[in-house]
Amino acid sequence: MVYVWAIVVFVGVLAGLSILLTVAERLLVDYGVCQVDINAGEKVLEVEGGQTLLNSLNSEKVFIPSACGGKVSCGFCKVTVLSGGGAILPTERAFVTRKEARAGVRLACQVKVREDMQIRIPEDLLNVKMFSATVKSALTLTHDIKEIRMALVEPAEISHRPGQYVQVQAPSSEGPVFRAYSVASPVYEPNVVDLVIRIIPGGIASTYLHSVAEGDPMIFTGPYGEFRLNEDPETEVICVGGGAGMAPMRNIIYSIYDRWPDRSCWLFFGCRTTVDIFYLKEYQELAAKHPNFHVVYALSDPLGPDEKWDGETGFIHLSVDKHLDPGVKRQAFLCGPPPMIDAVMGVLEAKGLRERDIFYDKF
Amino acid sequence: MSETSAWVILIAAIFTNNILLSNFLGMCSFLACSKQIATALGLGAAVIFVMTGTTILNYWIYHGLLVPLKIDHLQFIVFIAVIAAFVQFVEMFIERFSPPLYYALGIFLPLITVNCAILGASLFMVIRKYSFVQSVGFGLGAGLGWALAIVLIAGLQRKMLYSNVPWPFRGVAITMIITGLMAMAFMGFAGMVNIQ
Repeated sequence: MVYVWAIVVFVGVLAGLSILLTVAERLLVDYGVCQVDINAGEKVLEVEGGQTLLNSLNSEKVFIPSACGGKVSCGFCKVTVLSGGGAILPTERAFVTRKEARAGVRLACQVKVREDMQIRIPEDLLNVKMFSATVKSALTLTHDIKEIRMALVEPAEISHRPGQYVQVQAPSSEGPVFRAYSVASPVYEPNVVDLVIRIIPGGIASTYLHSVAEGDPMIFTGPYGEFRLNEDPETEVICVGGGAGMAPMRNIIYSIYDRWPDRSCWLFFGCRTTVDIFYLKEYQELAAKHPNFHVVYALSDPLGPDEKWDGETGFIHLSVDKHLDPGVKRQAFLCGPPPMIDAVMGVLEAKGLRERDIFYDKF
Repeated sequence: MSETSAWVILIAAIFTNNILLSNFLGMCSFLACSKQIATALGLGAAVIFVMTGTTILNYWIYHGLLVPLKIDHLQFIVFIAVIAAFVQFVEMFIERFSPPLYYALGIFLPLITVNCAILGASLFMVIRKYSFVQSVGFGLGAGLGWALAIVLIAGLQRKMLYSNVPWPFRGVAITMIITGLMAMAFMGFAGMVNIQ
């Protein structure tokens, strides 16, 4: 008898506790449907409470950039929460400055929707869509850089500005992750998106993208990014890139010469050795057609015994310094490793460029 | 059943028989969450609540079901189930009403489940044959004692930030030392009351 009682009591206690917890869960964790008001009534979403703001927005097709997928390691998913987000959490402090925190900036992956909220996001993000595409071609550019051309399937067209980026979905052992890559194809080719991808040893997305073949399906969201080309044809455009930082430059340059055939534009591209050079021939052909397009590639490493190079040598900021006269109305786009960006910024500011005319992307 | 009044047990559980400083139960979350006074207060409050609640529940279950049915050999597994469910409830409660505290406590909140001080309080209640009122006093007192100790240590840790601690002692080492000193200080209460 005692055995029966033992089992009955134990099961009874567990059942009682489970019932209590389920009731508590209903009362405490169920937040019902909450309203999320984006940009003062521009878009009002009704979402199930209890999830993170990032997931709620994504499921309603408002795509906030996020590279880490909510693990608080990228800090991309900043939104301004005007009301209803609660206090800022210790986990967000690493990415949100004091000034931003005062303005209500939060990481969308850390804010839980518990009540009606009012948030503000950049206007551009409301135009971000999720695209499905297939790989049209995968081209090896150098020993570590590949060009992937994706043909869009649904939606069939993308409308982006030169220099913007997309977030490509890559499979990983912990579910899909998104990584940002600049669009390398010009804006007048809305049916395709080219990516220039440098392989990073152990990198989830770059390893995956280097392994895709023609016909493989791809998913990405976009376009994102603050790069904004000056529409005034008198403004000279300076593009400075290194490595995979070529991608946005290619988009900017081809888009410029499609619209303004005589606009002045410089491309400075930094490589280590001759094996890192790519797209040079294409640009030389473009420069032959458009005399105001100047292309400068520079090698930073000393030449090997069997390498041939008749162009510039040294770090790229030295070439920028050498070729540009001060005092011309300019806009600059920089994309590459942080030390390169910092050095080039210094040179450009000395040439009289204002900070707001310099767009950069450090990676 | 001992004749000591519940008040005396409560006071004794806080000072003379502090569950942390005299029995050294519940050390891991004590060492981990004693850096900031606010966090220590939050965790302390959670432990007070869980300890009082589980002692009461476990008293009912033990004396209402296990002893009459002669199945008191199930006490560990039943006590642990009750504690786990209770902590789950506290976790939901804190997440709803104080997200910053929820994130500050992090993994240490669910880990209250296996805080040995909590199970310890329920087992002392059984071993010392407390009545219901005494059990409530003991559970509350043990929780208050644990919370008091962690808050005091958090206060000392703050002072430690501005002190010149020799480097081999920095971090956990000096925390252990001040915990020991604190335990010795609490021994000063020893003669007042005794609950064994």
